[in-house]
Amino acid sequence: MQLYSLLEQSITQTHLHTLRQIEEMGRIKFLGDVKIRPALIQLLNLGMIISSALMIWKGLMCITGCESPVVVVLTGSMEPGFKRGDILFLHMNKEPIRAGEIVVYNVDGRDIPIVHRVIKAHERRDTGEIDILTKGDNNPVDDISLYSGGQLWLNRHHIVGRAKGYLPYVGYLTIIMTEMPMVKYALIGALGLLAVTSKE
Amino acid sequence: MHSFGYRANAVLTFGVTMLAVMCTLASLSDNFNTPTTSAEVKILNINWFQKQANGNDEVSLTLNVSADLSSLFTWNTKQVFVFVAAEYETPQNALNQVSLWDGIIPSKEHARFWIHTTNKYRFVDQGSNLKGKDFNLTLHWHIMPKTGKMFADKIVMTGYRLPEEYR
Repeated sequence: MQLYSLLEQSITQTHLHTLRQIEEMGRIKFLGDVKIRPALIQLLNLGMIISSALMIWKGLMCITGCESPVVVVLTGSMEPGFKRGDILFLHMNKEPIRAGEIVVYNVDGRDIPIVHRVIKAHERRDTGEIDILTKGDNNPVDDISLYSGGQLWLNRHHIVGRAKGYLPYVGYLTIIMTEMPMVKYALIGALGLLAVTSKE
Repeated sequence: MHSFGYRANAVLTFGVTMLAVMCTLASLSDNFNTPTTSAEVKILNINWFQKQANGNDEVSLTLNVSADLSSLFTWNTKQVFVFVAAEYETPQNALNQVSLWDGIIPSKEHARFWIHTTNKYRFVDQGSNLKGKDFNLTLHWHIMPKTGKMFADKIVMTGYRLPEEYR
């Protein structure tokens, strides 16, 4: 009995010693004794979070059929319905564009999308092409002055999506980050620091 | 595990999740609303009807719009955007929609309204097809919620006709 337990104890001791050796090998003797395995696991966790966020975003892009399924309202041209900082959920399908719909469009040569309402629509019989005039609810005049050059109408290929849903205030963070880049860098820096130093 | 950072993170995450759930529920509750609306548009006068220098017909009308849209308002409704559009077809175009007037109804109290106005936006055709044209006047409304999905619908009123000759 005694002999067996002694044997057990010595085996356990050897095991522990071997484990300690393995641990020693896994340690990098610089950077304040950073363990390599936990650091790799941390990196993997970060990668998982980033890639799942990316998957959700790309998935949304496929479901809604829009390049940017969520947009932030930047101007007050649709007040009192949409204020600066509200976010809109977009959707795009093959349905024809009709008057009254709130559309997001890009003017040729400009990359900032505009969110306004269709007030006139003329659909050609032969080609199915549609001529659209838009206007912001809060603007006194229609958008003709915003279209590039001498353009009088928008066409389907200018339209990025139709606004289907709405959430107030949420987009204000994006506006702050765009207009004051320091906030963006501070936020990313803080998040990065948290990711590296967290002990999970 | 019980540091300030962890607790703040947990509270914040839970708070944001709860807010998202409440917004979704508020939006879903709008689906249970079955509105009963009524509207009437009368053309009081054709002020003038001319062909512009660019060859497009243009007409100026005086309208009387009366409607009762109070059943559209729920607790999740921020405002209702209402507009009257002239809809007609031409040999060249399968459908033409020209908004003549629009307005914003901010609350249920203002939803039963009556307005006497000339057309706010110019009624211009793409071409010269409006003489003797039969057209519909459609009252469209867009419900803009406090959060969530936006709904839209319309009432089509038929039987309007433009004069045979310019005046």
